[in-house]
Amino acid sequence: MPELVHRKLERTAIGFVLAIIVAASVGGIVEIAPLFTIDETVENVEDMRLYTPLELAGRNVYIREGCYACHSQMIRTLRDDVERYGPFSLAVESQYDHPMLWGSKRTGPDLARVGGKYSDFWHVAHLTNPRDVVPESNMPAYAWLARTPLRLDDLGSHLQAQRRVGVPYTDEMIENAARDAFGQAVPDSEQASGVTERYGEETQVSAFDGVTTRVTEMDALVAYLQVLGRLTKAAYQSTAAPEQVPDPND
Amino acid sequence: MGQLTTREQELAAGMLVALAVIGIAMAAAGRSDPLGIHGAIVFLYSAALLIFIISRSFGPEPDPSRISRYYDDPIKVGVAFTLFWAIFGMFFGVWAAAQLAWPSLNFDTAWASFGRIRPAHTTGVIFGFGGNALISTSFHVVQRTSRARLADQISPWFVLFGYNLFCILAVTGYFIGVTQSKEYAEAEWYADIWLVVVWVTYFLLYIRTLARRREPHIYVANWYYMAFIVVVAILHIINNLTIPVSLGHAKSYTIWAGVQDSMVQWWYGHNAVAFFLTAGFLAMLYYYLPKRAERPIFSYRLSILSFWGITFFYMWAGSHHLHYTALPHWVQNLGMTFSVMLLVPSWASAGNALLTLNGAWHKVRDDATLRFIMMAAFFYGLSTFEGSFLAVRPVNSLSHYTDWTVGHVHAGALGWVAFITYGSLYTLVPAIWKRERMYSAALVEVHFWLAFAGTLIYVFAMWNSGIIQGLMWRTYTDDGTLAYSFVDSLLAMYPYYIARAFGGLLFLIGAVVATYNIWMTVREVPVTSGERKDDLPLAGPFPEGAATGPAE
Repeated sequence: MPELVHRKLERTAIGFVLAIIVAASVGGIVEIAPLFTIDETVENVEDMRLYTPLELAGRNVYIREGCYACHSQMIRTLRDDVERYGPFSLAVESQYDHPMLWGSKRTGPDLARVGGKYSDFWHVAHLTNPRDVVPESNMPAYAWLARTPLRLDDLGSHLQAQRRVGVPYTDEMIENAARDAFGQAVPDSEQASGVTERYGEETQVSAFDGVTTRVTEMDALVAYLQVLGRLTKAAYQSTAAPEQVPDPND
Repeated sequence: MGQLTTREQELAAGMLVALAVIGIAMAAAGRSDPLGIHGAIVFLYSAALLIFIISRSFGPEPDPSRISRYYDDPIKVGVAFTLFWAIFGMFFGVWAAAQLAWPSLNFDTAWASFGRIRPAHTTGVIFGFGGNALISTSFHVVQRTSRARLADQISPWFVLFGYNLFCILAVTGYFIGVTQSKEYAEAEWYADIWLVVVWVTYFLLYIRTLARRREPHIYVANWYYMAFIVVVAILHIINNLTIPVSLGHAKSYTIWAGVQDSMVQWWYGHNAVAFFLTAGFLAMLYYYLPKRAERPIFSYRLSILSFWGITFFYMWAGSHHLHYTALPHWVQNLGMTFSVMLLVPSWASAGNALLTLNGAWHKVRDDATLRFIMMAAFFYGLSTFEGSFLAVRPVNSLSHYTDWTVGHVHAGALGWVAFITYGSLYTLVPAIWKRERMYSAALVEVHFWLAFAGTLIYVFAMWNSGIIQGLMWRTYTDDGTLAYSFVDSLLAMYPYYIARAFGGLLFLIGAVVATYNIWMTVREVPVTSGERKDDLPLAGPFPEGAATGPAE
């Protein structure tokens, strides 16, 4: 009987296409739609900060260079992941990440909580030539980042586009985007104070690449790496114990 | 393009002029932004095609009887694109693999660093090589199984050249730093919009050709091609919904964020595997395997079971890429459950293919082309089993983030996708160029063993490195502390990275041998004498009697 039904279906191209669409839609609808409606999917936290314009620009350098191909930003709920990299990642930590950079491969270590783990100086040395600080490393060198000035003039439109997809940047932040990016990388400048006013006291204002005369892509990338895992403290307050992988000897 | 009338050439030229204008507009809007460079590329691409059409327009009008023959010219160009992208994509694969062992091989340049050439490799092989192979074979299979000519004169060319423009924009984009960072969907918004236009044209062409069919039933291979075309469109559109920074920027921000983005991405990513790299290539299997083996498909019922099983189950499986992450548990469990169930339709397909060979195993021994197809079915069975296995949560806790995943993907990509493609090409090329045989059967044999050895070396290297890596990360000392640093695990990888690059190199050499063999077939092998009467579309009204009975 089902075979006979199918023999009929096989004779109409449009009917067959419609059947494919129906069969293929169910899984996606059931798994994706509830992620927007179930409240527990993303935790509610008070202290979640936004990326500053400089950090966002650094994130775009990270994306452009394909860093996500070798570095994950997702600490799993496994004991060894947690002990190696820190508290497991919460959904809220990538709430404003368009796109998310959870990654799928660790040719290099996870970076979800690399912020604050090393000095700016270490990062610059490492990015300039990874083998100077980690002799065994197979990471490419990114020396040219320190030579490439960061494009500041269009950062306002980047923040504007981020707001269109749902990141709550204010008009003031959008207006001052270029100014804030400069200020964050040049601590002694008059622009520096506005950054912490708008983005919170926790924001790191620093001469990331050690040169304060101009803002480079190195400044932006290091600023981004230094904020990873530090936009909220929520993960450190989570009480759930990590999962233990079943031991075959038990 | 010799088969186009003056009227059709004018129409094609008009479309190319419109595309050239779009290119100029992009260049003007983008200026120093990478969008400007892409505008220039669009302009040059359409200008080159325009010059080619004009240079051909002085020839005689085509033979009016063209309508009573199959339309194979676009397929020939598609085969050339396929062979080009194979070598391009595999070359970048070998280069990227070598950089992991010897990191200075990017020669201190930005464009050739690992993070940029890795998507050039994946896009080159998946969309360049795989996509062109799918489009070319689909044009061949839909005409032969429907006994009807393609429904249109220009749109096959539009699909082919439009699709390759997308591939060129995607790959050149990575070199100059344009990427969305969504794996296997890295191309930016304007290229994505262009692909939608091309894809809708492809769908309409395909469905119109099917509507002209002279067989009452739609053959199994066409079910898979249809699923491939329709579902890839859905996946592509939903995963690529973005807001550009401005119309003068190549950069855009996806509307999806965080946990929802991860689910949309891997719903897309896993089903790109399902409907691009599985459904489309199963379509090849269902046509070229029975053709080459000269045996009918073993079971019609198994074909139905596996088709609908794959179409329904696969769409649930994407979340197995996100085990133990911040994605809610219930979605992870659904993904795992459906991944395991997927083994049923997958093995039904693989078993159906291998059982079709019963009675033809002596041909597998003698004919390297059929052996390519047989080995593809075998690797399909192997990698779908491995896929279901890796989707089980505790297994995934070991394998995820390691080279095991990379090995799994390549068991599928090399062993299944590339093997079925080359098996199909070696069948297709003599058929559409009307040659008696391939130029050299010995070179097909050489290619088979190079590809087989390359795949085995690659996959074994990655299995070893992946499992070692996963185990080192979770090994504890007696004191309860982690036994190895990350760098310890990296050091253990180097020998395998070298072996993997070598395996890939063998596979690349095989692809070069194949290209040479096909080139020489077209150049040197004599054309078959006399037109084959059975290789023509059916003319006249629809045969009434056939409409009542099954097509087998």
